[in-house]
Amino acid sequence: MTTPLAGYLLVAALLFAIGLGGALVRRNAILVLIGIELMLNAANLNLIAFWRFGPHPEALTGMMFAIFSIAVAAAEAAVGLGLVIAIYRHTNTAELDKIDRMKG
Amino acid sequence: MNAVFYILAALTLAGGLATVLLKQLVHCALAVTVAFAGLALLFLQLDAQFAGFAQILVYIGAVAILIVFAILLTRGSELPKDGVFSKTWFLGLVIAAAVFAVLGWAVLASVSAVPQQNAVPSVTVRDIGIALVGRYVLPLEIVALLLTAATIGAVIVAMHEKERPR
Repeated sequence: MTTPLAGYLLVAALLFAIGLGGALVRRNAILVLIGIELMLNAANLNLIAFWRFGPHPEALTGMMFAIFSIAVAAAEAAVGLGLVIAIYRHTNTAELDKIDRMKG
Repeated sequence: MNAVFYILAALTLAGGLATVLLKQLVHCALAVTVAFAGLALLFLQLDAQFAGFAQILVYIGAVAILIVFAILLTRGSELPKDGVFSKTWFLGLVIAAAVFAVLGWAVLASVSAVPQQNAVPSVTVRDIGIALVGRYVLPLEIVALLLTAATIGAVIVAMHEKERPR
């Protein structure tokens, strides 16, 4: 019989694997960024679950970590999508295997 | 473990899977919004109200909109001719499955050693605010600086380059 904590951790692990698979399998740069966002969200779920079921929730450590992680993920999404738009303007494509100008 | 948890977990994972598997990029953006909403509901289920509503505001309100904008600006709604998956998709699938196997094994093997308390933590938004400007004030300032730098950086990176004067 699994505990509630194990349930949440397994959901987070599965979501992380889905995000990793998406980042590795898809060809579009925007989908790769979405996969990275899913992985960050899975980590946040871990942090909140440990905060809820761990000792000393009143210290707010896991909660604060998750809130700062959400803020950093938002900054990452803004810069990442800006980069994708800039690359699209230069190469007219967002397909990652066509952006091979630096390949030797 | 109750029925609500299973429903929310299924919703979140279905949204994530649909994001990775759907062909049209706009459908992927909608599916990832479902996954974000499911995660926010899971946060609420974990008695983390502040994090849940922050998740809704930041991810559904900002990141999903940003993704839709990026898809439309890069004409991502047109399907590519040679498929949406890369040539090395099988390797990526194997790596993802291996990572999940390792993580799941680690969780199941070690979770009984973690001390677990099931009492609902009585934390209000007031406590979070006091902690943010008290113990965590330095990370808060750094995040403020990071968000400012990221906003300016994103605008500069995505801005149209002007023609150089001769």
